[in-house]
Amino acid sequence: MLTDTAKNRLYWQMLLIRRIEERVAEMYGEQQIGGFTHLYIGQEAVAVGAISALNHDDYVISTYRDHGHFLARGGDPNRFMAELFGRDTGICRGKGGSMHLADVDRYFYGGTGIVGGSMPIAVGLALACSYREDDRLALCFFGDGATNQGVWHEALNFAKLWNLPVIFVCENNFYGIGTDVRFSSALSEVYKKASGYGMPGYRINGMDVLEVRQLCDEVVKHVRAGNGPALIEARCYRYQGHSMTDPGRYRARAEEDLWRKRDPIPRLAKLLIDERIATEERLAEIDAEIEEICETAAEFAASSPEPPASALYDYVFAERYPSDPHA
Amino acid sequence: MREIRYYEALIEAMAEEMRRDEDVFLMGEDIGLFGGTFRATEGLMAEFGSRRVRDTPIAEAGIIGLALGAAFAGLRPVPELMTINFAIVAMDQIINHVAKMGYMFGGQVKLPLTIRTASGGGTQKAAQHSHSIESWFVNAPGIRVVIPSTPYDAKGLLKTSIRSDDPVLFIEHEMLYSVKGPVPEEEYLIPLGQAEVKRAGSDVTIVCWSKMVIEALAAAEQLGREGIGAEVLDLRTLDPLDWEAVYDSVARTRRCVVAEEGWRTVGVGAEIAARIQEHLFHELEAPVQRVAAADVPLPYAKNLEQAALPHADDIFRAALKITT
Repeated sequence: MLTDTAKNRLYWQMLLIRRIEERVAEMYGEQQIGGFTHLYIGQEAVAVGAISALNHDDYVISTYRDHGHFLARGGDPNRFMAELFGRDTGICRGKGGSMHLADVDRYFYGGTGIVGGSMPIAVGLALACSYREDDRLALCFFGDGATNQGVWHEALNFAKLWNLPVIFVCENNFYGIGTDVRFSSALSEVYKKASGYGMPGYRINGMDVLEVRQLCDEVVKHVRAGNGPALIEARCYRYQGHSMTDPGRYRARAEEDLWRKRDPIPRLAKLLIDERIATEERLAEIDAEIEEICETAAEFAASSPEPPASALYDYVFAERYPSDPHA
Repeated sequence: MREIRYYEALIEAMAEEMRRDEDVFLMGEDIGLFGGTFRATEGLMAEFGSRRVRDTPIAEAGIIGLALGAAFAGLRPVPELMTINFAIVAMDQIINHVAKMGYMFGGQVKLPLTIRTASGGGTQKAAQHSHSIESWFVNAPGIRVVIPSTPYDAKGLLKTSIRSDDPVLFIEHEMLYSVKGPVPEEEYLIPLGQAEVKRAGSDVTIVCWSKMVIEALAAAEQLGREGIGAEVLDLRTLDPLDWEAVYDSVARTRRCVVAEEGWRTVGVGAEIAARIQEHLFHELEAPVQRVAAADVPLPYAKNLEQAALPHADDIFRAALKITT
């Protein structure tokens, strides 16, 4: 059973992601943020529910829709926003941007812009856990679209073959960009794909953070005990387009409205009030606290310097040689 | 000094590094029980067991992705891709992930993995097993490319590669595995980025690497009989590339032939020729010559395969053209 504090914390984290993402959309509109930016709004319960079930030193791997995972892992909102602004104070020194957030101090090995590309990397982190017998595990987020990539299947095969401690969490939001999962996947019920690799597969409501958390607690225990990998399909919905440039013409308005009614944040707010875990006043205070964090992050990003021109060649390699190109 | 074969030098390098560092482990197709398609991991499973010498499924992208994840966690994986043509299957992992993640994460991660692979034609393995595509990897920043020609270099450079905190593509050559050469019993390392003059000469520089060093040395013998002193410069590593050694040698000889086994068009030789003319245009007595493979998928028929591959004779003729 989760403590009241833990439930409050889940609410706080989901709301933080929601509000920061709204701020990101605003800043994108003002052209402070460039490139591809994929918002996480609507899916907050998955990142927050799953990551909160982990130890601080478990590994987390993400996709290009990585803002929610970064923040749920406890990443600094200031350095997050600065990264999106392309500033030197960004978590990746302005080298990665929205799709390539990483925070190694929090064992968050980041976003990748290649669908499915992070799957074997997550399994490799799990291999390191197994190699060292260090009682850690890796948790890998991916979307429904990734499950059609060849490397996705290679990763699951390796994971089961070597009995590695990795949890695959599919955020099935039903669309790979604009293509309905039913038009892209022969088996659109992703959790069933686990059986092809002899591992347990679960389907949960990804719009309910407590359901996500409860299942993840069980799966984490199972995997950490040395029982090999598992796959979770969390059904969820992104409210915005695939990226900031997507008007979302491929989805019916009625469908969007239906999913918005399942919003994980008001759902948990109601539960907190009903169970007298929090008061309306307290929730309003949380709102104000988070507003302040968002404001500070935007100010921090806007006032941070751009990376110096001399940084262009930094980090291509860890070890430099005289013949390497340099600024 | 004792003489051992190229593949034995590789085995020694891996065994020494594995004894030295518990974080070093190997993974690849048929590297364990089978001992490696080119015998380059023979005996290692017997010494280190299946935890550290891991037979994998035939899944090249997966192999490299797993090695990358393990490297993130601080291990030093040495994955093997049976031939460099199979690296193409893993290209997304190698280029989009291995070579870029250090940079795009702003230096938060180190990537100490060494990808071993075999390249090269000459054994009638045809178009999908025997190409030399090192230029593809040299083109991409973020991954070192090491390509030794002798057992001595293979051992010293592999040890350095494994100890490097950067990703390395370590390219062996199928025709070199059984070549013997002097390798000392005592431990040594060879730094990356240092070319070596394999034969000194003052009339023309032959820039080369991997098996083309053997061809270049044969060509230099032939040129010597014509009274032409050819300097054979073995680059040994293509990234970092020892540009100073290239410029020093060519500034002295004022003539250069670049010999590579890869395709001519947009090959490594094209880059070397371009840089030489940028740096030494007024020193040059003749245009830089390129010897390379024909721009065709490698054919199976023995005579056609040999016609597609560059040989000592091609180097000899290219050098002769600019020295007489």
